[in-house]
Amino acid sequence: MPQPATMFEKIWDMHAIRDTGDGIYLLQVDRHIIQEMACSQAFDGLKRAGRKIECPGLTLGVTDHIVSTKAGRNFGSFEGGREALDLMSRNCLENGIRLFDITDPRQGIEHVVAAEQGFVLPGCTIVCADSHTATNGAFGTLSWGFGTSDVEHVMATQAVLLKKPKIMNLVIEGSLSPGVFAKDVILHVIGQGGTQLGRGYFVEYSGSLIRGLPIEARMTICNMSIELGSRCGMIAPDQKTFDYLAGRPFVPAGALWEQAVNYWRTLPSDPGATFDKTMKIDCGHLAPQITWGITPAEVTGVEGRVPDPSSFSDSLQRENAEKALEYMDLKPGQMLSDIAIDYAFIGSCTNSRLSDLQAAASVIKGRKVAPHVRALVAPGSSTVKREAEALGLHQIFKDAGFEWRESGCSMCLAVNDDQVPAGKRCISSSNRNFEHRQGPNSRTHLASPASVAAAALEGKIADVRRYI
Amino acid sequence: MEKFVKLVSIAAPLLEPNIDTDAIIPAPFLRSPSLNLANGLFFNRRFDGNGKPIEEFILNRAPFSSAKVLIGGLNFGCGSSREQAVWALKRFGFRCVIAPSFGEIFYDSCFKNGVLPIVLNAADHKKLAAEVELSNFKIEIDLDAQIIRAGGLEIGFDVPPRKRDALLQGLDEIGTSMLSIDAIRDFRSADRIRRPWVYDLETR
Repeated sequence: MPQPATMFEKIWDMHAIRDTGDGIYLLQVDRHIIQEMACSQAFDGLKRAGRKIECPGLTLGVTDHIVSTKAGRNFGSFEGGREALDLMSRNCLENGIRLFDITDPRQGIEHVVAAEQGFVLPGCTIVCADSHTATNGAFGTLSWGFGTSDVEHVMATQAVLLKKPKIMNLVIEGSLSPGVFAKDVILHVIGQGGTQLGRGYFVEYSGSLIRGLPIEARMTICNMSIELGSRCGMIAPDQKTFDYLAGRPFVPAGALWEQAVNYWRTLPSDPGATFDKTMKIDCGHLAPQITWGITPAEVTGVEGRVPDPSSFSDSLQRENAEKALEYMDLKPGQMLSDIAIDYAFIGSCTNSRLSDLQAAASVIKGRKVAPHVRALVAPGSSTVKREAEALGLHQIFKDAGFEWRESGCSMCLAVNDDQVPAGKRCISSSNRNFEHRQGPNSRTHLASPASVAAAALEGKIADVRRYI
Repeated sequence: MEKFVKLVSIAAPLLEPNIDTDAIIPAPFLRSPSLNLANGLFFNRRFDGNGKPIEEFILNRAPFSSAKVLIGGLNFGCGSSREQAVWALKRFGFRCVIAPSFGEIFYDSCFKNGVLPIVLNAADHKKLAAEVELSNFKIEIDLDAQIIRAGGLEIGFDVPPRKRDALLQGLDEIGTSMLSIDAIRDFRSADRIRRPWVYDLETR
């Protein structure tokens, strides 16, 4: 009998070309995703060195970060992004790389598009110069983000260097009550574990709550692994995974599919497999979670209050909270539900898939956004947008007073023209509430799409459970 | 890659925790590869809304404006994977960042750009921060000996041996991996037979 192995070990062993020393391995890369914000320098470096792309057919280019989400957009709609988009088009064309640019009906946020098109398969190694690449771990893959130097390395070799990480089993038990979503779970986990819990680890999420989640919700969980300090999160594939993938454009069919599924069924961690660390977090009686601070770990239930910094015994936590309250312009002890908002954003690689839009739409149906709030939806992909429109969701959003935009990273990171102005406060379904993240001196509260919708209606942070 | 052997410089302390890569280089500076990233380093903290330097910010003051060593806080470089954060620090003049812990992607990216990231335990980090303040912020980093010197203080540090060698010799990582390209290709050829469904994509 072979030793019981974790899913990580099974996938790692299938990709380890060799140990180069110090525990740093050369690994086969199955899928490489590139985007316009992080790869033109890699193309340049490759060219300077006289090298070629080793496996262009295993590479997928997407433009999503520096794009306009304005209706009827074209390459020039956001002038600041023009150069990056042009470089991306030219580089992908010259190197024979498939590119979904803004004119392609498959365009969208890379971590939405990859799975949607079936570019993601269980058991694969998937890399991309973007820290939210871990999203793809929801399919039982090893997926992680890196920098531009590694993009060039993968282009040249279709392999990557990585120090073998430790493995954490994060067991999440419980079931979700109405109005509470995967986003609330992962925010709570980060709140409990802190932003450094995952450092040095790849995290496998397991437990009854995770098994019960649909695929898109699992993607939300894995997506925010980096906010837990880990480069990679993963969830074992199961029948839901296979059902989601079957028939998608890049997924193999026929005998290959059968062969693949048989192998994929062997991937989940064996009973008795050893993890470097196991941690249990109960999410059984969770309230909708809202961040109040400037790291995703500064979070609490919607019926809660902004903490009083003096209540923290740890001096570092106290200083952090003081700094957060100053930046966020909040008072100790203030009820979260008393915080007025100016912007409401539904989008980003964390929460912009069809199920996210459905959850938000069910909250706002037949209601109106508060008059002082600017509310936006940027669907995660052009495909999601079309699917939502086929269901009439766009009409629900528009009738309520939301802007119904094109797909892209949009207001998540202020690299395009969707930004929160200085001093304004946004409730956002994205993943980072860092200072200046959504624009210089903008203020961000992270929440689930449904909670964003509820806040948009009331013009202040609100308990979405009232609308369920 | 530029070698890193020994460095004598000014150390700029920026000790607060969780300085993320968005803070190091804000997103607007990632739009075009032709932008000078040194101008964007810590932009929202270095400049006010009108683009005027904020005098209190440490990097706007002598001698720190010419510092080559940054002493950061816990979880330095967390968040976005943007390698531009390392490029911006380097373009500004930094060659070494010392912190109790780092965001992992940032930590890896430093080595690939000839920038030395040093992890110090909390006690040593605190001692070092106090000592540089007493010694006009002068600091010496000796990678060969793996020692930091400041005032009367000598602190040893760990660095992964292969990463250290690569910095000392200025080795190019991709060039080194290319030496194994035959082994990589052999591995992939065998893998095509083991897992044909992975490569089916190339025919589409």
